[in-house]
Amino acid sequence: MTEPAAAWRDATLAAALLAVDPAGLGGIVLQARPGPVRDRWLAWFRTLLPEAMPFRRLPPGIGDERLLGGLDLAATLKAGRPVAERGVLADAHGGLVIVPMAERLPPTVAARLAAVLDRREVIAERDGLALRHDAAIALVLIDESASEDERCPASLTERLALSARLAPVPLGEAALPAITADDIARARRGLGAVAVTDQAIEALCATALAFGIASLRAPSLALAAARAAAALSGRSAVGEEDLIAAARLVLAPRATRLPAAAEDDPPPDEAPEDTPPPEDAPAPDRAPETDDTPDPGPDAGALAELVLAAAAAAVPPGLLAALAGGGPTRAVGGGKAGVAKSSKLRGVPTGTRPGMPGGGARLALLDTLRAAAPWQRLRRPATGGAAQPRISVRRDDFRIRRYRERSETTTIFVVDASGSAALARLAEAKGAVELLLADCYVRRDRVALIAFRGRAAELLLPPTTSLVRARRSLAALPGGGGTPVAAGLEAAQALAEAVLRRGGTPVLVLLTDGRANVTRAGTGGRDVAEADALAAARRIAAMRLAAVLIDTSPRPQAQAERLASAMGARYLPLPYADAGALSRAVRTVQPAQGAAHAA
Amino acid sequence: MRHEAALAASAERGHARGVTSRPLFPFSAIVGQDEMKLALMIAAVDATIGGVLVFGDRGTGKSTAVRALAALLPEMRVIVGCPYACAPERPQGLCDTCREDSGKRHRTALVPVPVVDLPLGATEDRVVGALDIERALAQGVKAFEPGLLARAHRGFLYIDEVNLLEDHIVDLLLDVAASGENVVEREGLSIRHPARFVLVGSGNPEEGELRPQLLDRFGLSVEVATPTELATRVEVVRRRDAFERDPAGFSAAWSAEEAKLRRRIVAARRRLEDTAVPDAAIEQAARLCISLGTDGLRGELTLVRAARALAAFEGERTVTLAQLRRVAPSALRHRLRRNVLDETVSTTRVDRAIAEVFGA
Repeated sequence: MTEPAAAWRDATLAAALLAVDPAGLGGIVLQARPGPVRDRWLAWFRTLLPEAMPFRRLPPGIGDERLLGGLDLAATLKAGRPVAERGVLADAHGGLVIVPMAERLPPTVAARLAAVLDRREVIAERDGLALRHDAAIALVLIDESASEDERCPASLTERLALSARLAPVPLGEAALPAITADDIARARRGLGAVAVTDQAIEALCATALAFGIASLRAPSLALAAARAAAALSGRSAVGEEDLIAAARLVLAPRATRLPAAAEDDPPPDEAPEDTPPPEDAPAPDRAPETDDTPDPGPDAGALAELVLAAAAAAVPPGLLAALAGGGPTRAVGGGKAGVAKSSKLRGVPTGTRPGMPGGGARLALLDTLRAAAPWQRLRRPATGGAAQPRISVRRDDFRIRRYRERSETTTIFVVDASGSAALARLAEAKGAVELLLADCYVRRDRVALIAFRGRAAELLLPPTTSLVRARRSLAALPGGGGTPVAAGLEAAQALAEAVLRRGGTPVLVLLTDGRANVTRAGTGGRDVAEADALAAARRIAAMRLAAVLIDTSPRPQAQAERLASAMGARYLPLPYADAGALSRAVRTVQPAQGAAHAA
Repeated sequence: MRHEAALAASAERGHARGVTSRPLFPFSAIVGQDEMKLALMIAAVDATIGGVLVFGDRGTGKSTAVRALAALLPEMRVIVGCPYACAPERPQGLCDTCREDSGKRHRTALVPVPVVDLPLGATEDRVVGALDIERALAQGVKAFEPGLLARAHRGFLYIDEVNLLEDHIVDLLLDVAASGENVVEREGLSIRHPARFVLVGSGNPEEGELRPQLLDRFGLSVEVATPTELATRVEVVRRRDAFERDPAGFSAAWSAEEAKLRRRIVAARRRLEDTAVPDAAIEQAARLCISLGTDGLRGELTLVRAARALAAFEGERTVTLAQLRRVAPSALRHRLRRNVLDETVSTTRVDRAIAEVFGA
């Protein structure tokens, strides 16, 4: 079978299984860009489900009040008492929730969805309400990501049994199988009675282990899938073909390594065609026949091998290539949440909190109204008079918006590696930078390294979080030559601007003795060089960057201090700067720590 | 007004404390994960240890274990009608209302120990408590509706995905956890009530690091990893499946085990006071902390307390090196200064120090 045909077959089988046991399987990750194939899959999937089953779509950027439930503003104002409103998840109880653009789902929303999947109920403590609603749901995560970098949050995909890739499927291949809603309904009725042997469980566990799947949710979900497959085929016990189907659909896409035996197989990308299917492995293009298969033999090892071999053939080609390269694949993904800081003005809105607007905080109108709504009846007599406002809002009601932005403080080290500095203190300066690096690492800051010597400045290390790289490039830093302070500052300014454009917060740490002797143009001349340096410093001051200047000369220099004040930087002579003082100094100029609590 | 607050709260509490709609997976049926289970047992024996942090791989049953704790804990005696579940046997820990009434004899009752979930997205008013809108509207009285902190008093407050908790809620929790008291000043209310709870957090480090201030608040920190032996994994999946298919039957089959564990906790609590901590053990604990360079005395204190709770749990009369050795990784691994030049994992460093200080 060609790859697109196999992908489509698996995708439709996955849809059928999910229709049989939505809550048990948790859902499906559908890797598909918008297009007719995706539409056909979704439409067909809908036809498999009972008419009355909820089928809700989650709008991107949904807030907690609609997701989990909260106060119904209009009803509350009308009734004069708090009226709760159910969220989308509670509304979808017993049905499906479609999540478009799931790769852009923020980790916080993913965590809420994961909690609902785990508990099968929505628990929310919001707006003065304690909400608790049943919510046995399944998710259809539509993953439209273009590259490996963006993937659905792993915390969520981990909980969904199934996945399907529609990307390689042309419309011509997308023929619909002959499974009908009646078949599904019959399977649903039979699901509870499907028996599972210990050997079957062991086979799935062994297969998961052979694929290097650490999580124990995977074999559990595979077991649920095998049950659904058996029920779909009208069997009363999970048979070999059900295990194989489950291993193909649930386990193979999660593989982090190839099972040892399968590595001898021909080139990975041909595996689906070249690996002969085991003796009676099915190719269930259509709904499998309804015949009772007896339990597989008592030899669990043989069964496990059979399942493994069949599933290995289903490992997605791209994944196989990556695995062959030995690179980590699935293990990464998600987790790039980074440190996020709250901000009053920028970033993605993440909800509201009580507080007065002003001082940069923006009023969250709806939430303020929501806070005020329940009190209207009480407040009316107090306000009294004919000129009574329609809605009385008091200080306690005010809600302000909270935003979240990637904090990504980038500490830019600008190191003077010139002769004057280098000969005396470069080693110590390197030591100081190492200490600061360690500090940045603890705070998970990004660091960048610019060195200036001779005639120009050089960006040795673009912003990175890799401490190892930073240390390496620092160790390799040579010394000697003139002191082009102006060039160093300009390079730092350019980098700081780039960091700002990306929404980060640059912090400048300049290590120099301040004795500039190379001008902007790269020529000699102490006076011009110093004037250039001061001009560059003032441009940095105009950007209001947080900065520290560490004077690396053996005796504190007036030039360095002047440069620091022109830059608006904190001045710190190295002789007094032991490790603790250095790190404190850099920390005091860092706005990120304080701002995190401001909003 | 206070009594009205009490009434309103107890009604609400009744709802919140009631048996959860879905039966919970029994604690004793959890396969493996001994360090996590032990840490939770230690916290159940001695609540002053300061909470448990469970960090690790996905799908290891972190939240299952914490939630299962609820069914396992022996019931506690409370003053009937007190919204904060005051303990009659501790006069110094009473809330204002109960203290005022202290002349009278309180009616008491046994209730389950609360294990309160702090759901993500919880708003401040629900965490600390707020004016009871319904009662304010219906009866025109200013009644305080206690929040999750009040509900968790004397019990456990559980935060799943603790690293995703919003900063302003974290600040709130830290403040209350440190003072043991919840102070509410909002909507014209001015209320303070005791709020001492065992903070239990769980999360996956891939989702983000935990703020150091919060990390330090946990007495014990446990790392969980998925088991790698096939037999263990099969057993996990098998039990999980059996539970999913028949929750009530599964729970019933494990009820004897649960009762046994509960009796052990009760016995350990009784023994705790009389479990001796010899000076030698304290000295050993101090030496270990010094060799690891942990900040402050919290590490030592937690280590000794946890070792004592473990000794009590295991029916020993005296704390020995054996208990110190077992609890040291959980008590200390999150208190190490991050040394970036040394890339060894914290656990390895603790293990190495244990071998050095206590001998192999």
